[in-house]
Amino acid sequence: MTSTPSTPESSADRVAREDLVMFINASFACSGQREFYSDASGQSVSIEFLHHYILGNYRRLYVRTLAAGVNHFNQSQIVLNVLATGADTQPQDRAEENALITAALAKLPPQRVYRLFDSLRARRVNNRRTRAVMRAYIAGRRDIAFDAIKYRQRLRVAASHAHLALPGEIGAFLFRGWRQRTFSTELLETFRQAHFSKAALYRLPYSVAEGFAAKHGIPRGEFLAGIAEQMTSNEKLRMQRASARSGVALDIDLARAPLTRLAIYVAALTASERTARAAELHQALTEAAKRAARRSQRRLGRVAAVLDRSYSSSGTSEKRRRPLAVAIAASYLLRQAATEYRALWTPVLDQADDLHATAAGQTDLAGPLIDALKWRPELIVMVSDGYENSPPGAACQVVRAYQRLISDAREVSIVHLNPVFDAEHYAPKTLGAEVPTVGLRDAEDVFTMIGFARFADGKLPLSELEGYLEARVGQFLASARGARS
Amino acid sequence: MKDGVLDRVRLTGLTLAPAQVWGGVRLVPVIRADAPGDLRLAGRSYDESAMVVSLDGELLDDGIKYISYVPHGLVVSWSDDGSPAAAFGANMATRDGKRYGSSVRVSHRMAKREDKQRLRLLPLHLAMEGFLALHFGGPDVAWSEYSQQTLSRGLSPRREYSFSGRAIMGLEDALRVFEIHERQVGVLIFVADAFASAFVVSHPDDYRQLHRTVLDDFYGELIFQYGLYGRSGHMDVELNTDGVTTLDDLGRALDTMRAEWAAFHQYMAAGVIDRPLTSTKVYRCGPFQLQRFSTALDLKGENHIGEAIARADGTIEYLKTYRLSGAQSRRAYLLSQLAEHNWNLAATAGALGQSQDDLVLRLEKAGFGYLLKDHVLRAARRRKRR
Repeated sequence: MTSTPSTPESSADRVAREDLVMFINASFACSGQREFYSDASGQSVSIEFLHHYILGNYRRLYVRTLAAGVNHFNQSQIVLNVLATGADTQPQDRAEENALITAALAKLPPQRVYRLFDSLRARRVNNRRTRAVMRAYIAGRRDIAFDAIKYRQRLRVAASHAHLALPGEIGAFLFRGWRQRTFSTELLETFRQAHFSKAALYRLPYSVAEGFAAKHGIPRGEFLAGIAEQMTSNEKLRMQRASARSGVALDIDLARAPLTRLAIYVAALTASERTARAAELHQALTEAAKRAARRSQRRLGRVAAVLDRSYSSSGTSEKRRRPLAVAIAASYLLRQAATEYRALWTPVLDQADDLHATAAGQTDLAGPLIDALKWRPELIVMVSDGYENSPPGAACQVVRAYQRLISDAREVSIVHLNPVFDAEHYAPKTLGAEVPTVGLRDAEDVFTMIGFARFADGKLPLSELEGYLEARVGQFLASARGARS
Repeated sequence: MKDGVLDRVRLTGLTLAPAQVWGGVRLVPVIRADAPGDLRLAGRSYDESAMVVSLDGELLDDGIKYISYVPHGLVVSWSDDGSPAAAFGANMATRDGKRYGSSVRVSHRMAKREDKQRLRLLPLHLAMEGFLALHFGGPDVAWSEYSQQTLSRGLSPRREYSFSGRAIMGLEDALRVFEIHERQVGVLIFVADAFASAFVVSHPDDYRQLHRTVLDDFYGELIFQYGLYGRSGHMDVELNTDGVTTLDDLGRALDTMRAEWAAFHQYMAAGVIDRPLTSTKVYRCGPFQLQRFSTALDLKGENHIGEAIARADGTIEYLKTYRLSGAQSRRAYLLSQLAEHNWNLAATAGALGQSQDDLVLRLEKAGFGYLLKDHVLRAARRRKRR
């Protein structure tokens, strides 16, 4: 499985590299949810197959993908599959595997981790390592009482599955029920009281209180107004329109929302709302992009972006307008990271600001691509689901013609970032051999994806990819250690 | 062409954009660069299981009736002076015939004026009614071979069947994922690369509203079968890069590529576009002419019927076509041959180059056995068996 760059790549290495690139690419984009062009079951069958195939053939690299920046859904799938097949671990890999799993769990959102524990139980995975991983995770939780009421069922399942002794009153609360006694832990006591008292439920987290509000028959508007303080900023962002319908204005701090979330919020607003609040939204998106660009510390030169806002970027009911929102967010981010930047939307956007983009019309990538090339950028980023139809297959022919025929052509790298996983082909849909395609989940990952793109066009050997993954593993573990200390 | 009566369907003012393919269905967008908006269409849906359309006379009087499942109708509104017309939709509370229970509606004519500048029409049924009415009167000479009923009542009851768009496999998904162009006013529908139907309206906003109604239209048996088994072929138009040295050249090559796609789709739709037609006027809406048409019958090729609204200069403002199945074409052909020879069996058989018995059996096979006397059929069968 190893080769030096000087020797030509063996066919086994080539297959291994292609398999891995395909898998990592899929894991960037796919979340097992319904997409515009394919349904949820097709998506999950397809991605599950990829997981099992890669795990069976390239176990060490499979685990290392945890560090490659794949999305949360696939990270938890990897952890699940690795824990379920612990017997196959080579002794020399065990330490790294454990470290990667621990680090990945620490970074995942808790709801993902608890759901993963649930799947471990459903698959009846109960080896010593699994129990140790669960014990360590739960012991490391900052506020276990909070988890105990918010993820009540899941934590209970995890505790019984891994034979955990939970601290303080938590065990009694989960297993003997809240009716048994009063609690000295404040949150648990509030939870108990909320069964009887309307006032108590406003001191609970929003998603827990929602059930009690229904139980007490509290009108929606009254409930939302009362619970606003307890909502997280993501919840507030998500509930903006729903709360407006019941006449409650949730004040949100747009300045603190992460970029992609903010873009999803903006994409959900009507055209007139966006026009009315253009300055405020533009400001918020720019600030979020600045923060994301600062975090990544990547600087780019002269960059053009071809952004797809065709009808298919409206996504599905499970991922509403996600491809469009990712394109908007990516555009704001690239504008911050580039010294010079130009965005070309397809179909053409009348307004100057990206935030006015709506999902409608056909996909013409070749036309804007030619316009982008005329501007002579160093890098062209295309954000599209890859379904090009006006005319089909033209973009890659334009690239080919540009590289071969244009007399004053300059060196330009072109990267296609695809927010949609194509279940039928086990990969995000490509535009053609000339343009490397990389999956993309959150716009914040754009730089990681641009970095990974050089592997997608198949010019670099397996050893380079292995080196890349190893370096990512190093960074990943170091950042996890940093977060802990 | 005179006064908007079409002798051909020409794509004046319309262009075709590259097709969007989904499974076996290929949808070709029809783009109108400039829509004046003086003719607007809106949909109206009916939820009864059958509609009885009174073709002559009052609703429940004796007379010719057209009975079918009609899931939707179109409301046409226009202005005489070229000023924008308002699109009236289902919301316009007008009486449209009479409902009997929840399952039957009795209605007036295929195209019924509802207001001074508003017309309700039943899409495709208008064309189909014209097709069914072909030589509907039956023999005008009392040849002895025809049954008493045929001689007194003509071809009645004349019937044809077809398939709803919902039965065409893949059509619903293809329409769902289709990306409507900004100025799109129509679509050409191909199933397994066979031209199934053309649908064009006047204004892009109307098209957006009516995009999914092609699912409620009906299609011939051939299209249904192709939907089950057929796939769309992979077609590619290459970017012609001969002599390209600058990016502007490349842009021009891309325009050429688009034009080639358009020409190619037009060629695929040659069953209707630019083919000689026989049109019949149906209704005059100010400067617009509503008509139904059919292509000349060609037993070995494609045969289409349809309806259109055209301006005086022949610009298509509304178009809907239906591709006849093989059996339907054969029936129409036999009727036209009979009519041409005054319904004389011997003369018709002679013209078709076959014996009278063969013709009799051919008529029976085509579903016209009910026109002939029983003993004529039996005798022909007996003689053929020998």
